[in-house]
Amino acid sequence: MAAPSTTVDVVAPRSSGSDNYLTHDKGVLSWIFTLDHKRIGVMYLCSVLTAFALGGFFALLVRTELLTPQRTIMDHDTYNQMFTLHGAIMVFLVIIPGIPAALGNIIMPLQLGAKDVAFPRLNLASYHLWIVGALFMLSSLAINAVDTGWTFYTPYSTTTSTAVVPAAFGAFILGFSSIFTGLNFIVTMHKLRPPGMTWFRLPLFCWALYSTALIQVLATPVIGITLLMMIVERTLHIGIFDPMLGGDPVLFQHFFWFYSHPAVYIMIVPAFGVIGEIIPVFSRKRIFGYKFIAVSSLAIAFLGFLVWGHHMFVSGQSVLAGTIFSAITFLIAIPTAIKVFNWITTMYKGVIHLDTPMLYALAFLWVFTIGGLTGIFLAVMSVDVHLHDTYFVVAHFHYVMMGGAITAFMGGLHYWWPKFTGKMYEEKVGRVGAALVFVGLNVTFFPQFILGSRGMPRRYYNYLPEFQPLHVLSTLGAYTLGIGFLLTAFYLYKSLKSGKTAPMNPWGGATLEWHCSSPPPYYNFHKPPVVTAGPYDGYENLMYDETISGYVPRKEKIV
Amino acid sequence: MSESISPAIEPKPGHRVPAPAVHEDADHGGHDEHGHGAGPHLAHHFDTYQQQFDAGKLGIWLFLLTEVLFFSGLFCAYTVYRGMHPEVFVYAHYFLNTTMGAINTCVLLVSSLTAAWAVRNAQLAQRKLLVLNIAITIACACTFMVVKFFEYQHKFHDGLLPGPAFHPTEQVWELDAFKKKHPEAAEYAEKLTQLAEHKGDVSAVAGAIDLTRPVTGKFERPTEAQLEPLLKAGVIGPAAEDTTRPSKPRNAHVFFSIYFFMTGLHGIHVLAGIGVWVWLGIRANKGQFGPKYFGPIDYSALYWHLVDLVWIYLFPLLYLIH
Ligand SMILES: [Cu+2]
Repeated sequence: MAAPSTTVDVVAPRSSGSDNYLTHDKGVLSWIFTLDHKRIGVMYLCSVLTAFALGGFFALLVRTELLTPQRTIMDHDTYNQMFTLHGAIMVFLVIIPGIPAALGNIIMPLQLGAKDVAFPRLNLASYHLWIVGALFMLSSLAINAVDTGWTFYTPYSTTTSTAVVPAAFGAFILGFSSIFTGLNFIVTMHKLRPPGMTWFRLPLFCWALYSTALIQVLATPVIGITLLMMIVERTLHIGIFDPMLGGDPVLFQHFFWFYSHPAVYIMIVPAFGVIGEIIPVFSRKRIFGYKFIAVSSLAIAFLGFLVWGHHMFVSGQSVLAGTIFSAITFLIAIPTAIKVFNWITTMYKGVIHLDTPMLYALAFLWVFTIGGLTGIFLAVMSVDVHLHDTYFVVAHFHYVMMGGAITAFMGGLHYWWPKFTGKMYEEKVGRVGAALVFVGLNVTFFPQFILGSRGMPRRYYNYLPEFQPLHVLSTLGAYTLGIGFLLTAFYLYKSLKSGKTAPMNPWGGATLEWHCSSPPPYYNFHKPPVVTAGPYDGYENLMYDETISGYVPRKEKIV
Repeated sequence: MSESISPAIEPKPGHRVPAPAVHEDADHGGHDEHGHGAGPHLAHHFDTYQQQFDAGKLGIWLFLLTEVLFFSGLFCAYTVYRGMHPEVFVYAHYFLNTTMGAINTCVLLVSSLTAAWAVRNAQLAQRKLLVLNIAITIACACTFMVVKFFEYQHKFHDGLLPGPAFHPTEQVWELDAFKKKHPEAAEYAEKLTQLAEHKGDVSAVAGAIDLTRPVTGKFERPTEAQLEPLLKAGVIGPAAEDTTRPSKPRNAHVFFSIYFFMTGLHGIHVLAGIGVWVWLGIRANKGQFGPKYFGPIDYSALYWHLVDLVWIYLFPLLYLIH
């Protein structure tokens, strides 16, 4: 194959670092009201990481309480509030915006070769909405923290005395933030591609964000109206969901899962995108099965809309409906497995570099596969009747959400950190952090599979003494995770102060963001790039330059 | 879409384009200070007006899609409830003011026409006509809201409120709409009520209501055709709240819950539309729109058609139930 020598008309960064997006304007207001996608992304990143710390803190409190079968540190009402806050914060404030709105906002337009997203003002508005939504959610914590679980199931949510309305209204607003991000990304990818950037030259991260954006736009409005109805039900008792007033609580579950199953893909599909970037770069090998990986994201997005009933096998839905939902759920294993096999095949005979981002990507492959396969157990109706609402479910979705989405988020954060900040973190400590997270994750959640299959129900405050050893093990794992993340926070922060200056292309990536200086200039590209090759072509034309600890184009090009 | 990106368009760092004061309002204007001088309303990250327009158009279509899905939750709830409790809908429709609904439908249709016309005016740079059409659109929207206000006021006055606040001041068979349509049924319901109230002959009334039992006393049972309206509206029979006398169907309030929720949410969209049109009217008056730049008018007209379309569905679903 006659590989083109370069992918873009590279303009050497003029005096990199002197004028970049971080230094272009000064002052707090220049951040709060910026229209620059990179700055908005950075603000998202800081906010999401703060929320992550908070959600993680609640998780540690919950795990600490579960050290003993009786009361350990808090009473049962507080416990209900803690796991609700943990769930709601992690879902709505961390994982959903984590990769698309934080990492994607900075990277996607760069990868695309665009100057910005299509609607910069809307982008800023969606960040401001995020802040408002988060404040509403936290105000529930201040008033009388919501205790419904993150699912807000009626009729409990319409009758409990805790502050459901602020939390639900917060989620409602966060939904619009998510819709606007998705809408912006779709239009950006349709209309702002530079010459030569065909659909099948888009990096896989962009494909993943595109599929995610479709789900955000199509599913989120439904949770919006559902939460609004629930709020009105709670305040005016209109009788749509409350059976005492002639309403139908199962209708709420249908609406809720019509959004919240696709929302699972809002959380995991961007993670697939990150992994699709990291694996070829750190294997120094072209991605295997590019088109299959790209299109399987769309397939997952589509199928994701047809499976919500698998959350309701025991909610009185007809067996026929259950069977259909179950069968379609199995189908999702196909596009997902296509991705995993293609990533593994990409690594085959590659020159694998075990840097921190790659360690996270490998951890992802391991834990996500466990999470995905246990999902198939739960999709089987007969098995689900036994496992429903047990720790097996808890372990399954933590393997996917925590093990999948958060691991990929961490991988992406480390991969693009030099690009975001212009600084390198301490690679050795990074590897230790990744190892701690990986071990902590498995020690926390693997025992929960065993607990669940033995009948330990989820969300319970007290439990039988025979479950204690596994609970203690799980809690120790959670502490390990906590230490891993604290270490990560520490060395990332330290890199900002005293990290080495990052080169333009520290890992040898071929996608367009690595053709910008680190950090990128305010305009992204001095000249609109002209794309002549795919996003994973031309690794052979890059060579490692030890003087700058980064990759540079080879002088004599290999054709 | 435009692929004709000329590499000659290169942002000149430091080159500032004196942006007109109104530029700040541009819907999707970007970092104004580094525009490249191609036009006052072209945001810096677009290369051509065509590209900017196409992006906005796709954006508004996606937004409308989310709006459709947003309303679809309510339409779904409506369908489920109507399927489960048809009698509530039959009962409630006698209370509705079809005339006011019909007037509002016409008003909105006219405003949709003027909105579409406004787009053409903008494209042809017909400033006066554009402002006039926007003004008519706003006037229609305001008329709609005023009619809505009186409608709501009547409903509140008649105790037709959502949820537990639902206490209609009149029984359904006392309404003119019912009497006109089913005079015999209304008369019969009246008779039964009198019997239950004045004579206190509860068992006789119960017997008369329960069609499986023979009628006792001096009562003559009407034909089934005459009874049917009462059964269908849940006044008597298995769906009724009270089995000893003519009453309303169980959970009759849910209809008005859905009614207020749907029309209220639609009304909020109309109000938002008025705001947008006022803003565009001011800009149009300044002569900001022309053949190159008419996107905001186009997008708002599309939004306005959707608001109209939702009403086109709401009107038969909420007012024309039979
Ligand atoms: Cu699901």
